[in-house]
Amino acid sequence: MDLFEYQGKQYFARYGIAVSPGGVADTVEEAVAVAERVGYPVVVKAQVKVGGRGKAGGVKLADNVDEVRTHAGNILGLDIKGHVVRRLWVEHATDIAEEYYASFTLDRPNKVHLGMLSAQGGVEIEVVAAENPDAIAMLSIDPRLGLDLETARRWVAEAGLTMAAREQAAELLVHLYRCYEDGDCDLAEVNPLVLTPDGRVHALDAKVSLDENASFRHPEWDEYRATETEDPREKMAKEKGLNYIGLDGTVGIIANGAGLAMSTLDVVNQVGGTAANFLDIGGGANADVMAAALEVINADPKVRAIFVNIFGGITRVDEVAKGVLEALSRVEIASPIVLRLDGTNATEGRAILAPHLNDRLMTEPTMLDAARRAVALANA
Amino acid sequence: MSIFVDENTKVIVQGLTGGQGRFHGLRNRDYGTRVVAGVTPGKGGTDVDGIPVYDTVGEAVAVTGATASFIVVPPRFAADAIIEAAQGGITFIVCITEGIPAHDEARTYNRLVAEFPGVRLLGPNCPGIISPGKCNIGITSGDIALPGGPVGIVSRSGTLTYQALHELSQQGIGQTTCVGIGGDPVPGTNFIDCLAAFEADPETRAVMMIGEIGGSEEERAAEWIKAHMTKPVVAYIAGVTAPAGRKMGHAGAIISGSKGTAQAKMAALAEAGVHVCQNPTEAGEKMVEIVRTLAG
Repeated sequence: MDLFEYQGKQYFARYGIAVSPGGVADTVEEAVAVAERVGYPVVVKAQVKVGGRGKAGGVKLADNVDEVRTHAGNILGLDIKGHVVRRLWVEHATDIAEEYYASFTLDRPNKVHLGMLSAQGGVEIEVVAAENPDAIAMLSIDPRLGLDLETARRWVAEAGLTMAAREQAAELLVHLYRCYEDGDCDLAEVNPLVLTPDGRVHALDAKVSLDENASFRHPEWDEYRATETEDPREKMAKEKGLNYIGLDGTVGIIANGAGLAMSTLDVVNQVGGTAANFLDIGGGANADVMAAALEVINADPKVRAIFVNIFGGITRVDEVAKGVLEALSRVEIASPIVLRLDGTNATEGRAILAPHLNDRLMTEPTMLDAARRAVALANA
Repeated sequence: MSIFVDENTKVIVQGLTGGQGRFHGLRNRDYGTRVVAGVTPGKGGTDVDGIPVYDTVGEAVAVTGATASFIVVPPRFAADAIIEAAQGGITFIVCITEGIPAHDEARTYNRLVAEFPGVRLLGPNCPGIISPGKCNIGITSGDIALPGGPVGIVSRSGTLTYQALHELSQQGIGQTTCVGIGGDPVPGTNFIDCLAAFEADPETRAVMMIGEIGGSEEERAAEWIKAHMTKPVVAYIAGVTAPAGRKMGHAGAIISGSKGTAQAKMAALAEAGVHVCQNPTEAGEKMVEIVRTLAG
């Protein structure tokens, strides 16, 4: 789950990482109130989960109340690469002497944590990585041991941070690592991390991605979930606990397991169709989950046919079959459904469906056959 | 022969008394797997359909001599269960638990490597391992597998593992062992571990490999295949048309570099001499062709 900048900064603050004083605003008046509280000059920043806000006019400096009104009014409602701005973050503007980059993430190939630190911050770090890789000091961190202050001190020196910034930066990095580790982040990134002319080091931006598998030990994440997605289909799926990504095609897809779901998209594409979505009902899905999945797909007006591709392992096909019938009894499904059922309790599942098969509900013996049938129905 | 497990492997089930543990543990036993004990703290002395349950892995191992464990516990307990298995003397751990926090996986993996070098972890979030006719540890439906070889299967995706087994069995092509390594960020066993084991196994004559987008394990496997593999490999990578993943931010993009897409993985494998196929059915057909050629 990716956080908005303001949420990331609030998350940082929990772990003792210095951020600029600021507040959230959903209206021009709220923006003015925050500005008056934190003191001018302020920066008015669009809260969208997409890069390039500054270039799109979503970040503006304001010296007085009139400028706050103008900028807040212009930025609220602005469309930035398809993301409409509904919320602002207003913070006291910071004078900048130097800009750095710092992040922690999982180094998957080496199965350890990776810290990246650069004295060349404030620009896209991919550009630095491509043009001047030596400017990034990489630090491998054993997950059993973590990051201590001594190591952080050596690291800031190696990265070539200005002397005046080093001790504070080292301490901040230890806090940032704790945020990453204890806070169960997939990514904790600060760009830029700044040194002010009066010698303070703090985080001017925050990019935080949380590992949703750890949500059971983070009740404080509930508030982030409420603001997570804008696509109404994805919102509905999320509420029902489904792993759904909306697409633009006409064949609704339901599969168990991310691999099979992806493969289903591929096969639908190969036989001349387009997928309306990715939907993985996960392992061990029962009748309720299956019914919920059909309801989510049914809410998408672009869908012309539904392809249910199940290979039971931990998921039992008889449960899936019951769920399909359950959904059909609960709501009217607008599109014909093509099922392909194999694996655990497949025989039982097919037997449950057999008396109900017709030209709105059909089964095919293989994945490829079912894809062809669903695509033919969608394109008819 | 089979890799990692065989007909003599004694298995305990951590979480046998839970709903999923009971269902799959008994199903594994019905398949012929030597499921000798269950472990659930606080339930020692009871049994599940005749299988004795112990409080700890240590006790279960001491009494039964088991060497393998099948872990079916909720995500929040899985990391501790893995370490308990290793401490209790288990050398082959299969963890099917889905949804373990990535940091728990990273910590557990590094503890196993440092403190228990002789222990192999398969998973987490994997379907398990099946040596048809000999041993089935995990959630794979045994009836879709066919004994006798000569194909070894290694897969990152659970359901596509079943699909691969099914495609081959339907054509009368058996499997030596089918290993689901799982798709989590920190898998205990990777493609290369399995490819090396299949390369060393005389009864395995060809290998089917199922990958998916993300990470760079397939690219690393391609390098290994190019340098070491003498047996034919057929590969399918899921996710050619998948939407771009949830953005991981800049740091994640740098680590994976240009790697991680299905196209990059397919190109790397093809360059290593692997038969790369467009869908599971095509992969099955290609493997049938290869096996018939080997036989002829």
